[in-house]
Formats: sequence, C-alpha cells, structure tokens
Amino acid sequence: MDRPIRVLVAKPGLDGHDRGAKVIARALRDAGMEVIYTGLRQTPEQIVNAAIQEDVDCIAMSILSGAHNTLLPRVVDLLRAEEAEDILVIGGGVIPTDDIPALKEKGIKAIFTPGTPTQVTIDYIRENVAKR
Amino acid sequence: MDIEKRLLGKDKRAAARLISLLENKDPEGLEILKKLYHKSGNAFVIGITGPPGAGKSTLTDKLAKALRKQDKSVSIIAVDPTSPFTGGAILGDRVRMNDLSMDSGVFIRSMGARGHLGGISEATSAAIKVLDIMGSDYIFIETVGVGQSEIDIVKNCDTTVMVMVPGLGDDIQAIKAGVMEIGDVFAVNKSDRDGAKRTAREIEMMLDFNKDVKWRPPVKMVVAVDNQGIDELLESIHMHRTYMIDNELFDERRANNAKNEVVELIKERIEHTILDKSQKEEKLEYYAKRVADREMDPYSAVDAVFDDVKSALQV
Amino acid sequence: MMFNKDQISILKDAVDKENAKTQEKLQKRPERKTEFTTGSGSVVNRLYTPVDIADMDYANDLGFPGQYPYTRGVQPTMYRGQFWTMRMYAGFATAEESNKRYKFLVEQGSSGLSVAFDLPTQIGYDSDHPLSEGEVGKVGVAIDSLADMEILFDGIPLDKVSTSMTINAPASVLLAMYIAVAEKQGTSSEKLRGTIQNDILKEYIARGTYIFPTEPSMRLITDIFAYCSKEVPQWNTISISGYHIREAGSTAAQEVGFTLADGVAYVEAAIKAGLDVDEFAPRLSFFFNAHNDLLEEVSKYRAARRLWARIMKDRFGAKDPKSMQLKFHTQTGGSTLTAQQPDNNIVRVAIQTLAAVLGGTQSLHTNSRDEAMALPTEDSVRIALRTQQIVANESGVTDIVDPLAGSYYIEAKTKEIEDEAYAYIKKIDDIGGATKAIDSGYIQQEIMDAAYDYQKKIENNELIVVGVNKFQIEEEAPKGLLRVDPAVGEMQKQKLVELKAKRDNTKVEETLSALKKACEGSENVMPYVLDAVKTYATLGEICDVMRAVFGEYQQTVNL
Repeated sequence: MDRPIRVLVAKPGLDGHDRGAKVIARALRDAGMEVIYTGLRQTPEQIVNAAIQEDVDCIAMSILSGAHNTLLPRVVDLLRAEEAEDILVIGGGVIPTDDIPALKEKGIKAIFTPGTPTQVTIDYIRENVAKR
Repeated sequence: MDIEKRLLGKDKRAAARLISLLENKDPEGLEILKKLYHKSGNAFVIGITGPPGAGKSTLTDKLAKALRKQDKSVSIIAVDPTSPFTGGAILGDRVRMNDLSMDSGVFIRSMGARGHLGGISEATSAAIKVLDIMGSDYIFIETVGVGQSEIDIVKNCDTTVMVMVPGLGDDIQAIKAGVMEIGDVFAVNKSDRDGAKRTAREIEMMLDFNKDVKWRPPVKMVVAVDNQGIDELLESIHMHRTYMIDNELFDERRANNAKNEVVELIKERIEHTILDKSQKEEKLEYYAKRVADREMDPYSAVDAVFDDVKSALQV
Repeated sequence: MMFNKDQISILKDAVDKENAKTQEKLQKRPERKTEFTTGSGSVVNRLYTPVDIADMDYANDLGFPGQYPYTRGVQPTMYRGQFWTMRMYAGFATAEESNKRYKFLVEQGSSGLSVAFDLPTQIGYDSDHPLSEGEVGKVGVAIDSLADMEILFDGIPLDKVSTSMTINAPASVLLAMYIAVAEKQGTSSEKLRGTIQNDILKEYIARGTYIFPTEPSMRLITDIFAYCSKEVPQWNTISISGYHIREAGSTAAQEVGFTLADGVAYVEAAIKAGLDVDEFAPRLSFFFNAHNDLLEEVSKYRAARRLWARIMKDRFGAKDPKSMQLKFHTQTGGSTLTAQQPDNNIVRVAIQTLAAVLGGTQSLHTNSRDEAMALPTEDSVRIALRTQQIVANESGVTDIVDPLAGSYYIEAKTKEIEDEAYAYIKKIDDIGGATKAIDSGYIQQEIMDAAYDYQKKIENNELIVVGVNKFQIEEEAPKGLLRVDPAVGEMQKQKLVELKAKRDNTKVEETLSALKKACEGSENVMPYVLDAVKTYATLGEICDVMRAVFGEYQQTVNL
C-alpha cells in the first residue's frame, strides 16, 4: 500500500479569505491525499513547525492580502534552517504575475493564480513531491 | 538522516519521519524501533475519545497547556476519519491547537484513520513508542469514539478520558453500548450549556450498572473553551494512574496491552502471509467459489489453504 | 389575487400542451443543455407564465414602492429623486496616500467615501506588532492612532461627506476616532453621516477578521447601537453583510438567508440589552453582493427586502416603517473577476451594476478590472466609477421605479429566493440562532458545500467562465499594477515611536485602565473608548485591553 501524499494547507498572515484554501483542501482530499488544515492567521514559524511534525510532502499556502513577498520566502528559509528543504512549497491566491519569478527564485516552486483548475494543482503536487 | 541518533537527541523531524516509516511498515523504520524499544515505557499515555463535536481537540489543547505549565513535555496524536472512497482525509485538529505549535515542548501529529499498513491502531501504537522514546512525558491520543478501530486505539492507553457534551440526546444511548466501559474518567464538556447536569446524571446511572469494578470513573464538568475544570480533570486523570499503580493494576494493564499488541501482530502476520500467498495463486477465489457452490465446506477449505502454504510458513 | 383561478387553470392546460409540443421538437433540435441553472445552481424553466405566480397578491406581496413590504423599493421615487450613492471602496498604504485617493474620487464625482483598512487595523494590531509583518498598508490604509485618522480626513469636511468604514471587531475604536476628528474640525457628532460595517457574525462565517469571542463581540455591537442612537443619530451603526458570505461561495438564497439570520441575531441582542426595536432598527443597513446572473440577482434584492420587512413587522413587532425598510449597499462580486483577460471584467462589472440598480440599491461600489491581481490603479478605478455613471445617466433604467416587477420570471424567482432564505432562517432558529449555528460550523459548511459544487461545475465545464475555461488566449503579464511601497511598514513603525514619545503617557494609562474597568463591568464602553483615542492611545493598546478582558475567538472549521 502506498502512503498517501500528505499536504499542509495553510493561510499565512492575517488574511481571512479561506474559500480557496478550503476548496483546495477538499479537492486534495478527494484526490486521495491527506490534508492537514491549520486554519487562519498562521505565522511562517507555525507553518514550518507543523509541516515538520506532520512530516508532510508539500506545503500549500493561500494568500490574498498582498503579504506574499514577505511571508512565503520566510517559510522556505525556515525550512532550510531545519534541513527540511525537500518539502515542496507552493502558493496560490491574489499574486501579481510580476512577483512570481522572484518568489520562484526564493524557492516557492509554483504559484497558482485565480482560475487555476484544482486538477492542475493536484497533478503538480503528484509529480513534484520528493520521492521517498 | 541518522534517525536513531537524532531521535535520541529529541529531534522532532526524526520522530516525524520515523512515524511515517512505521505507518508504512518500512523495514528500516522497524529496525530502528526494535533497537530503541527498550527506551520506551516512560510516558503516561492518555486517550481522549468521544462523539464528534464533543470538543476533544480543544480539551486536549487545554490539558496540554496545563501540563506545559508544570514543564512536562507533551505529544498529541490526533486521529480523524478517512474518506472510504478516495482514501483521502482532511485532518483539522491542529486548528484548535494553534498556540501549541510554537511550543518547543509539544509535538502534534495528525493521522488519517485509514491508509496505514496494519491499520490505524497499529500505526498509533507505533507512533506512541516513537514519541515515548523521544522523551515525551505525556502522550495524548485523540480519536472519535464511534467505531471499533477507534476503540482499539485507546486500548493502547494507560488512562482513557471519555468526553461527552449535553444535548446529544439519543446519541448517548448509542454510544454506551460497548464504548462506555473504556472510559476511566468522564468529562462533560460545554457544561455551561443546558442539560449538562442531566448528561452527567445519565453517565453516573450507566456507571451504576457496572457494580463489580473497583475503580469508579469520576465524572468531571468542564468548559474547555473557557479553560474551566481543566485542572480538576487533570487531577482525576492522575488519580486514576495512582490508583492503578497502587493496586498493581498499572503493570497488569500494560501487560494486557502488550499481549493484545503481540496477538494482533501475529494475527496480522499470519493473515498477511496466508492470504498473500493464496491470492497470488488465485486459490482463495477458487476455494471461495467452491464453498459458495456447496462443493466444499468452509472448514475443509481452510484446511486446504493451510496445507497449500504450510511450506511457506514452515510450521 | 392578481389572477382568476379559472383562468389560471385554463392557462395551465395550455402551458402544459405547449410544453409537450416543444418537448417533441427537442428530439430533432435539442437545447444547448439538458438542464439550465442559475449562477447559484438552481434550475430554471424554459418559460414562465402567470401560472408560476398564480398565488401572488399585489397588495400583500408587492405593494407600491416606499410601502410595506417594500418589495419594489424603499422609496416612492427611487432614482427619479436621486441616484444611488456612488461609493468607491478605497484605501491603501499610509493615511497620506489614501487621503490623496479620496480627494481624487470626490473630484471624479464620487458621492461618498468608503474606507478600506489594512488587516492589522482590522484585527486590532498596531503596525509594529509581529503579526503585522508584511501586511501593513496592503489591503487598506494603516491606522494606528488618532494621528493617522486626522491625516486620513485632512481637508475633507466631515459634515458634508458620508463615510463608510469597513471595520468590524474594532469598530468602536475607529468610530471613536472618526468622532474625535470631526470634533477637531468643529463638527459635532449629531451631524455625522456614514456607516460602520460592525458585523462580526459574518467575520466568523466568511471574512476572518474577528478578534473577540461571540458574546463580548455582541455586547460591543449593542453598546455602539445604544451610544449612536443618542450621540450619532444619523449614523448607520451596522452594515449586515451578505457580500462576504457570497464571496465565500454561497448561493444567492444562502446570501439572503444567512445575512438576515445574522440580522435577526443583532436585533435580538439589542432587544435583550434593553433597547426598543424602533430605537435602533432604522439605523440597521445591509450590504449585498452583485454577481453575473442578472435576473437572479435582481430577484435576490427584492426577496431580501420583502423578507426583512415581514420579519421586522411580524417577528419583532416593529412599528416605525423605517425599521422595516431594508436599505442596502452593493459591491460587485470580487470573486467573479478573472485574472485572465482582465479587461473582460469591465463588462462583468457593468452587468452587475445593472443588477444592483434594477434591484434598487442605495449605494454601490464597482470593482476595478485589475482586482483579481492587485489593488486597482487610478485608471481602473475611473472606469469602474464611469460604469456606474453610464448606467445612471445613459441606460434609462433609472427613470422607472422597479421596472422588472411583474415579469413572471422575476416574481417567481423573488418568491423562490424568499422561501429558500426563510427556510434557512428557520433551520438556524432550530439550531438556536446564528451564533450557535456559527459555533457548530453549520453555516460555514453549507457555504463550503456550495463553493465546492461551483468549483467542480467549472472544472467539468458545466459552467463557463469566459477566458478561464473557454475562449482562452495566450497573454502577457499585465503591466502597471499598483504596488504598495514596502517601506510603508517601516514608516508606520517610525510614526508609532514618535507618537509614544510625544503624547502624555500618564493620561493614556489612565484612560486605558478606565476602559478596562468598563469592559469588565456592564457599562457602555463607547465613552471610554472615545476618551482613550483622544489621548492618542493606539488601536493596538485599546484592543489589547479588550483582549485581556474578553479573550479571543477560536475558529470553527468544518470541512
């Protein structure tokens, strides 16, 4: 039996719009993944602590408040400090296209903007989580 | 990653990874656990169970915080149902324990009820050992107490807290059958609500039926969200432990639990070996068809299957 | 009754025959789909006739505009008297920047201000709080103290404009700052006009900027009701919001049902706090979304008005007609905007504007085309405002009151939404009211189910979103998006350091400890909040006092 892919779905920062995060959580569950959902107002530190204890394969963060340039790279940095950079980090939400290259350079592997079908995200996670 | 060394250094990432390996029955993981097993047995393992919506996560969160004030290290294993159709799950217990995730003395692990080789009960029992070896003083296992597999989980515990809430109506009747007796301590959560006293009375009445037990489970009123009654509940939990130790029941229970575990592992190993072998040869299907068609009785079929695999088992 | 029973039964036979005939023809020439549904997923028929509204009674169900049950509008003349308030939601970065944007909007013909605060402000944190990192000035203006508020409204006469503030958990603090600024301008609080959102229940349900648990939050709200009824009588003390419920993915009927259920909870809380219903109910206002399904949306507004009027009259025994009138602000649907081919959003917003106007809105914010990607630029905001101005001045729909009334479909749909919304309210009553239904996660789960259904329909191409799952093109990244200067956070922090050095800190401490006592007791907290803001106590300091007394809300997540 294969172990299901484990994904932490998190809302970093103070943004309270969780429709996207909840929709993606359900979609990942329906795709057979185990989703650890941590709710609103997560600091990067909380996200990384949870990701490590839960031994997730992927961290998926949704953010619509415009704080992405501050918060998303911080998660990657903290993972690196914990030697956990094998965890796939992806993001979604209201993120201007111009910001995406810099985020990718900082280690956020993919950014899914509004209108992305959930299947695209599911396929991406399946293909890109580190093999164990 | 040198899991063994890092785990002994209380490294959470190593613990987390080892739990994953054990969930998957990875031989590497089992080897590590075999080596380190003798270091386990020091943690106090507490089961938290009860119907959905009883507020178990919030209660666990508060109990953990109370213990953290006494500088005890705490681990929490939160088990949630898995979708029977897709094998996926949404594990949302951490939402209720957000403050704890910044506490270095706390480790929280969420588990889906399915998707583990050998079943959830075996997976949680392995996780308990890992967290025990890591040096946790207290380990909580939180699970929805509705199904048999969830009941099996709390059989790994030293003390089990059954959480109830007012207003469940007939549910309490449904739950009592076969489930009530696993509670060593009862907590009536949300006890500021109407009907809390009635719920407590109903529990007491049910406990009255069980006259021959020496330990009479206490029924405590709590309001977990407001942190009310938490210290008293914790005291009852400790009283149960003390009672067990004083009456030499603690070791007896652990021996029982260990026996259960070994028996389960044997059963699983046998089942795995036999069915796997037979299925490979498509024999199980073959015998099943014959039994259904009344060409063969099931007892002889079992004899035949055993004969087929005897050599493989070398028994 | 509008229709004679015999005539209806003759007509019904004719309709059945006609439908059967059409059905036969479908063999040869099928329709585009086997089932047609609204944007909210409810089934629509091919044809509506008097049969669909046979039970409707003009006097009881529609009445005249400005008369009970207000289905046709809250005023007799509607837009023939004056247009709705064109109120553009704006605010970003610092108070200085936002002040400039407000002056621009007033110059462009905007008739009311609408203040967007950044998230730290909405959650009661100062800009120097660790959780504010990266959020300062992003989704709105950063306000840390009265000093910022003074800059925000500099040169804007508060006796002339009406100001709406999207602020909920710390609404008492921002309202107090507004009153204090007005005082300094020489305007007394009785003259102030505007709205605070002050709707905490939908924060728990959908929007997420809560601070305190339900009980103290409801108390803060009723304190504001009581205070304003005496001191700020022209102020709308709450804007009960369906907007965010819809954005979270609800259906149109859920938007009405859950919003009015929240409304019921506020009315009950105020009555329980000892207020007379006609004393505060005229100052209740509502806030709805406008989505793309034009006719469903028009019906939604009409249904909401009728249902609220009936609730206020029958359930709460209101006597003042103003207590029964549902007045509402509308914002076009942010979630309907696409990042793909953003100019298409201009057309969506135009349809949504028409829906709001045909539905009889009292004020309107139109979204800008670029908001699926960032905050809007001035050019985008101008187009959005012009859209309203075109509908107002060129479309002609404003010259007739409730022009779609009497349409078989509109009236049938209005009734359907009213019934469905009422069923939700009853269900919530059974659970024990809106706060319990939120605590148990019932409302959130219903919305989430609808949101997930919608998402699946788009992914199966059952619903088409132009540019997203049909008519896509290769496109380049849009240029010239608005960027908030990342230095804003540092600037705000610096301002706080200077403020704390300059103000009389003893006075601050005094007012804060008086506020703490008021929070612990049962006195109205508003005067104490006002005293504190006047000493330049910061928003964070005031909210920390309240946090210490009231505690913090824990989210319920049902997935």
